[in-house]
Amino acid sequence: MNKKFNLSALSAMALIASAAPTFAQSIDEKVNEIFASSTGWFVSLIFSPFPGTSFPWIVAWLVIAATVFTVYFGLIQFKAFPHSISLVKGDYSDPNDAGEVSHFQALATALSGTVGLGNIAGVAVAVGIGGPGATFWMILAGLMGMASKFTECTLGVKYRNEYEDGSVSGGPMYYITKGFDERGIPAGKFLAVLFSIFCILGALGGGNMFQANQAHAQITNVFGEFPGWITGVIFAGIVFAVIVGGLKSIARVTEKVVPFMGVLYVLTALVIILMNANMIGWAFGQIFAGAFTGLGVAGGFVGALIQGFKRAAFSNEAGVGSAAIAHSAVRTKEPITEGFVSLLEPFIDTVVICTMTALVIIITGQLISDPETGNYLLNEAGSAIATVDGNSGVALTSAAFSSAFGWFKYILAIAVILFAFSTMISWSYYGLKAWTFLFGEGKTTELVFKVIFCVFVVIGAAANLGPVIDFSDAAIFAMAVVNITALYVLMPIVKKELESYLSRLKSGEIKKHV
Amino acid sequence: MTETIVVGFDGSESSNRALEFAATLAKAQGARVTVAHVLEWSPYTFLTPEELEDRHARRTEELKRADSTIIAPVLEKLSASGVKADSALKYGHIAETLCAIAVDAGASQVIIGRTGHSSLALRLFGSVAGSLAQASPVPVTIVP
Repeated sequence: MNKKFNLSALSAMALIASAAPTFAQSIDEKVNEIFASSTGWFVSLIFSPFPGTSFPWIVAWLVIAATVFTVYFGLIQFKAFPHSISLVKGDYSDPNDAGEVSHFQALATALSGTVGLGNIAGVAVAVGIGGPGATFWMILAGLMGMASKFTECTLGVKYRNEYEDGSVSGGPMYYITKGFDERGIPAGKFLAVLFSIFCILGALGGGNMFQANQAHAQITNVFGEFPGWITGVIFAGIVFAVIVGGLKSIARVTEKVVPFMGVLYVLTALVIILMNANMIGWAFGQIFAGAFTGLGVAGGFVGALIQGFKRAAFSNEAGVGSAAIAHSAVRTKEPITEGFVSLLEPFIDTVVICTMTALVIIITGQLISDPETGNYLLNEAGSAIATVDGNSGVALTSAAFSSAFGWFKYILAIAVILFAFSTMISWSYYGLKAWTFLFGEGKTTELVFKVIFCVFVVIGAAANLGPVIDFSDAAIFAMAVVNITALYVLMPIVKKELESYLSRLKSGEIKKHV
Repeated sequence: MTETIVVGFDGSESSNRALEFAATLAKAQGARVTVAHVLEWSPYTFLTPEELEDRHARRTEELKRADSTIIAPVLEKLSASGVKADSALKYGHIAETLCAIAVDAGASQVIIGRTGHSSLALRLFGSVAGSLAQASPVPVTIVP
């Protein structure tokens, strides 16, 4: 598999290098064609509906898991919410551990990997196809997903590998291997390998190509059309400089600017919503009505539900297992504390930021509805709701924000580029961890993955939205298939940790340091 | 019981003056000196995934370096001149952490050096000396 990847990476690079100047536009098409035809089978396998329905089994899989964890841990996401906040504030951190990775830092890093285009472009896709009702299901999925995240991040810390030099490697591949061994269940190694393969594909898909693709879409939206491979090559160059060249300064700037952009984005959304304060009631009316009737969208209320759940999962990655990799570096004696902290992630990502995007799109009237029936009108293809300028994806969000503030599309373009970049950096790390789990740690093996990663940046920017977004989804959801299977097996371990921690918290054995 | 004097020390010119002042005082009073070095650190900064992974190793390294290049030579010098001394090496907000060290050591006073700048940055963010004087639980001496 290693060799095959190498070959395809090399040939793709040769293709780009030799043909770049003369056949610019046709490269786009060629890449597209190869891409769509080679990944189609994988996409249809993951998204195949239950027989006789239009309900993809994978969506049910995620929702059932989130529900099971929510019930099994007794609504932990609501009960532990205040405790999570005080953990992030550092109330329970030992001052003698200062200088180590804090809960806040682990959360912020994991968030910068998840807050990104899913929140801007993904939500626009969900609302564009599923209507306002998709928002309701998205919020619900976000709230339930908090329990999934809690489970996986606790395990991520508990079963991480700590090396002699003090560095750590954690994530589903480690907790699957060790946790299954501990419980005496076979096939742990097999599942861990399977997860790693999907994680590498997810890193190249949702964590890379989707980001490059939408960044390019936003750039052309502001500056006019030009071939995608140009954006791809520039992006790939910068990513290469950071992950291969070790240019920490670029990553550092991004990590500092991204949170600022996130706050700016939410504040702008809030201002737009408040400017249309009289529409807020109506917007929530549309969200509730749409959630149960669909208001004329393709597929009715099931269509809205599927879109909402899909986008929530893609945005906050609960149950996918990626966050467990990022969270496992925290310094704590209690793995469960990182579980508590991580449950804030879907809340911030989905319940707050995604909802803001959806509300702005709805409130600014981007979706066209029939004034007589109140139902939304479909576009010519019948696949999505007709929008004011025929926009979809990130262009729809951009149009919604720009209708209130004309200059916002430039800010959004910058935000999209930075979000895309920081998500790529995070996912290159997740992918790398899976890669080294499979092929062993070492400079050369790591370099091979990093080069492949950069090549996929170019492919992502050049391919059409359709095949890229489908493949992104498929790869990320495939990770969830393996990860959630393992979470079911390992959840009693988390429960034991939880009970022990809560009783010690109650008895005063664990106390605040402030 | 012997009194303890905490000296904020970062190896700079002014912190050396503070140390001398403290040593003289300690000799006269028969007090002991705690040499405090704080590595500026906030738990609310943003790091990349690689930095998270390496953090523990980096911290160990930073502590070792600070101990061998900053603290150890000073402790040697102090004990050579007959002053009883120990050290405190911590991460954190400088002024707050010096306060915490003073409390932990049961110190009777804190002595630091004056940096002597009045740049714009200091005006905006405040100086260590300023915040320490405001927040310290024990008297603070700022040595010019």
